[in-house]
Amino acid sequence: MKGIPSEWQYVAAAYLVVFVTVLAWVGIIAAKFQRLNRQLAELVEKARERG
Amino acid sequence: MKLPALTTLAFGAAVALIFFYAPTDADQGFSQRIFYFHVPIALTSYACFGWGAWKALRYLRTRDERADLESYVAIHQGVIFGALTLVTGSIWARASWGVWWSWSENQLVLFLVLFLFYCAYFMLRYSVDAGPARMNMSAVYALFGVVLIPVSFLAIRLSQRFIHPVVFDSHAPSNMTGAQWLSFLVSFVAMLLLFATLYNVELAGKRIDAHLRELREILT
Amino acid sequence: MTYLADVGALARKDLLLELRAKETLPSMLLFVISALTIFHFALPAGTSDVAARGLLWSALVFTALLGLTRAFVAEREQGMFDALVLTPCDRSAIWLAKSLAVLAFLAAAEVVALPAFAAFFHGLNGRTVAAVALADLGIVAVGTLFGAMAVAGRARELLLPLLFLPAAIPIVVGGVGGYLWFLALYDAIFAVFAWGTFEYVIAEAA
Repeated sequence: MKGIPSEWQYVAAAYLVVFVTVLAWVGIIAAKFQRLNRQLAELVEKARERG
Repeated sequence: MKLPALTTLAFGAAVALIFFYAPTDADQGFSQRIFYFHVPIALTSYACFGWGAWKALRYLRTRDERADLESYVAIHQGVIFGALTLVTGSIWARASWGVWWSWSENQLVLFLVLFLFYCAYFMLRYSVDAGPARMNMSAVYALFGVVLIPVSFLAIRLSQRFIHPVVFDSHAPSNMTGAQWLSFLVSFVAMLLLFATLYNVELAGKRIDAHLRELREILT
Repeated sequence: MTYLADVGALARKDLLLELRAKETLPSMLLFVISALTIFHFALPAGTSDVAARGLLWSALVFTALLGLTRAFVAEREQGMFDALVLTPCDRSAIWLAKSLAVLAFLAAAEVVALPAFAAFFHGLNGRTVAAVALADLGIVAVGTLFGAMAVAGRARELLLPLLFLPAAIPIVVGGVGGYLWFLALYDAIFAVFAWGTFEYVIAEAA
């Protein structure tokens, strides 16, 4: 790369948007998996009470 | 589990190629590098909608609920990639021409139309209760979408003749060098891998959701 | 031949219902004239012919939406969907009959709207009238398909415009630009699509 011209802000913004979107998506999925694990634990408890 | 690793690798390679290997475009300058993300994202979006339509067709043929879920997740991904297409395209327009939107960019306008169309897909799904009716309608709508893509593209091209928008210097790469092609292709592969990774994860999450719901009903 | 007989019977039912109720068509007529009037006030002086023509198409699309929204409400409210689905006719006949009925309403509204447009704005030419006729076919083909979907959901009056408008964009382009061949192409593609997939749309729409 030769000297970085002033348009780099736009290029950086474009790539950043993609990166942040994927990151946000990963965060949402992680939160979802936490919730699912919690629900699974509850159900395991209930199954133990039953059996 | 090697898919996420592969995706990360592909992205690393892509970014390296885009910023250290591909030459600066003579006409457009540095901002042309947005092209290496923007177009692969757009193409991946089409792939998402195509995959969603394929799964919709499978659903109508087999009435397998899994196909409906796969179709839904694919279209969801398609809308995410579509939104990214619009945002990166807008940033590119701003960098190149100083405006945040250009009606003369056929690809961008097409994505606006498709974005509206597929967002309505989710409105449809939220509006109808879960069950065979919703799955049938979603499948038909998803298929309608892929038929609409070429028709809309043709319409947008025709509309340029009488709308006479301000035409800027085209973004379309005229003659790409080998280095540019390689960077583009690697980036495209990376995007497709990203779609595959996100698709699998989201699908797994939704399936677990469904199983948990079923378990809860049995146990309470 | 019973297919066409079924279509005729179903279409006649819709037309007779409207003749008795007199709800949909008067609303469409009033709406289209009001819309054209508003457009007059919305246009600055010296607007080109093309711009005015564009507004004609906007008025037509929204008037059609009005008619389409009403199209399946009767079946929905009186639970006739189940009865329709049980009849031994091909499901696609329902689509064809409903399309023809809505087409009749739309054409009737346009018989008033087009002369009004010619009077309010600039004149019409034969090409625009032909475009309107071709566009009508596409509008009712696609609109009936989506109308059946919308009516199965909760917010049906909200849902139909959301489903219909993106798909109607090519129609507007074909109309304003006067691309008759494109309108015919659109009609052919989506009429076949709607005819083929309609049975899935109302399969379990109970």
